[in-house]
Amino acid sequence: MNLFADAFAWILNPGNWEGRNSIPQFIGEHLWYTALAMILASAIAIPLGWYIGHTGRGRDIAVATTGAARALPSFGLLFLFVMIGGVANRDSSVVIVLALLAIPPILAGAYAGFEAIDRRVIDAARSMGMTERQIVARIEIPLGLPLLWGGLRNAVLQVVATVVLVGFVRNATLGYPIVQGIQINRFDQMLGASILIIVLALLLDAIFALLERYATPAGVRVGRTRDHRTSSTRRRAAGGATPASTEKEKSV
Amino acid sequence: MFTARNKGRFALVAAAAGVSLALAGCATGDPLDETPDPTTEPAEPGTSESITVGSQAYYSNEIIAEIYAQALENVGFEVNRQFNIGQRDAYIPALESGEVDLFPEYTGNLLQYYVPDTEATQSDEVYAELQGALPDGLQVLDQSSATDQDSYNVTAEFAAENNLVTIADLAGVEGLILGGNPELEERPYGPTGLADVYGVEVSFDATGDATVDALLQGVVNVANVFSADPRIGENDLVTLEDPEGLFLASNVVPLASADLPQEAIDVINAVSAALTPEGLVAMNVQSTTDEQSPAVIATQWLTENGLI
Repeated sequence: MNLFADAFAWILNPGNWEGRNSIPQFIGEHLWYTALAMILASAIAIPLGWYIGHTGRGRDIAVATTGAARALPSFGLLFLFVMIGGVANRDSSVVIVLALLAIPPILAGAYAGFEAIDRRVIDAARSMGMTERQIVARIEIPLGLPLLWGGLRNAVLQVVATVVLVGFVRNATLGYPIVQGIQINRFDQMLGASILIIVLALLLDAIFALLERYATPAGVRVGRTRDHRTSSTRRRAAGGATPASTEKEKSV
Repeated sequence: MFTARNKGRFALVAAAAGVSLALAGCATGDPLDETPDPTTEPAEPGTSESITVGSQAYYSNEIIAEIYAQALENVGFEVNRQFNIGQRDAYIPALESGEVDLFPEYTGNLLQYYVPDTEATQSDEVYAELQGALPDGLQVLDQSSATDQDSYNVTAEFAAENNLVTIADLAGVEGLILGGNPELEERPYGPTGLADVYGVEVSFDATGDATVDALLQGVVNVANVFSADPRIGENDLVTLEDPEGLFLASNVVPLASADLPQEAIDVINAVSAALTPEGLVAMNVQSTTDEQSPAVIATQWLTENGLI
């Protein structure tokens, strides 16, 4: 018995691609829960992270709590929420638990992005007469984007892997073939669904890597900074790739 | 520039190679092979006085196992307890290899383990077929009248609203949602069996451990609950009758190794004769509601029935 051959046979079986409990349905549900959790987490963590990053207020608390929150046992939390909220509200419970998991990396990305900005840039902006609002909108948010995208990328990877837990409370997502497979000894569907989740995670990670690269102003891409005027040993998000260096890169 | 790019490419190739190696490593040893390691000997080999009693990771099963154990100890056997082994796929190999000598089982579910497409549904048919289906080295002792089997339940209000007595009465009801463990969806008595045997169309919701809550909160209208579950009585649930035999009758039955001493067999058969459906439910209530330990519940039951 070759488990991997069985698993791929399960994935490729045309019968599993249509009707009730089909692979496209599971993938769609998987992405749906992932998206809902990411939206909820972003709506909370990004503004909060920006506030912390801009003002520096609550930074110590944020660092401590985000560190601790990463250790939250999501499985136990899910059952606790379903018990408290009742079976009828289990979808909300699931989304809240997944969002709790996604908040720490997004929050860290948001405030770390602001902190990584060279203080001199902000001082310069302020001395030119920019209001605090303008500094946030025109300087800090764009320059902080690379690290924020990094945080979002971390978060989506964790969420897409943890959506499997939904399979324990309802027959939806790629977690369901796994949870059901344990009970009925169907190792092909368990491994097949696991492989699909891995593929999904890698795809999402690749998409977010591209977003991280292209949804960021060209001048502030992390690791691509080349400043000919100073010989700073530290790489910073701030600063611009000169047209000359961009040209040089393309020609290589 | 070039070196940096090459390094990146090299890292990618190295990572890919590492992953494939890791996967290949997984494939060579079958992690699911349950064959017991020949070097590990059964706990107490050879000693005829020592009997190893096992149980599932299910509180009701553990109580019955504890009853077996205490009844055997009462007549002088040395008993080894191997409780909480898990589900059938985990402990049947242990019984077959002789690591465990005695195990409380359920006739219908055990028969389906050995004969997945069995046609038997009634208690006696199931028991008779089970005796022929067991591998050499295993035997079932007398079955008790106590049952613990799958059953379909509705709330009292829902039953009254729709005049429900048997599963067949569900046929006219629209928009039924069946709740149960994930495996129910694939079982012969699941949604497919309901449609084939009774003409009842249901959608399925894998409510798992929260099935009874889901029924009470109206998330599902029909729930698969084990018949000895005290919550059926506590919540006033109505168990629908099963005239067509959709479910296999599942009586509590001791599964034992073939070389169990006759004296032990007599003791266990006396226990099975005394174990009634009501008695089993009452003990389950003591466990779930009164939170007593299996050992206490077992001693109390054995004393009440004059077995120790």
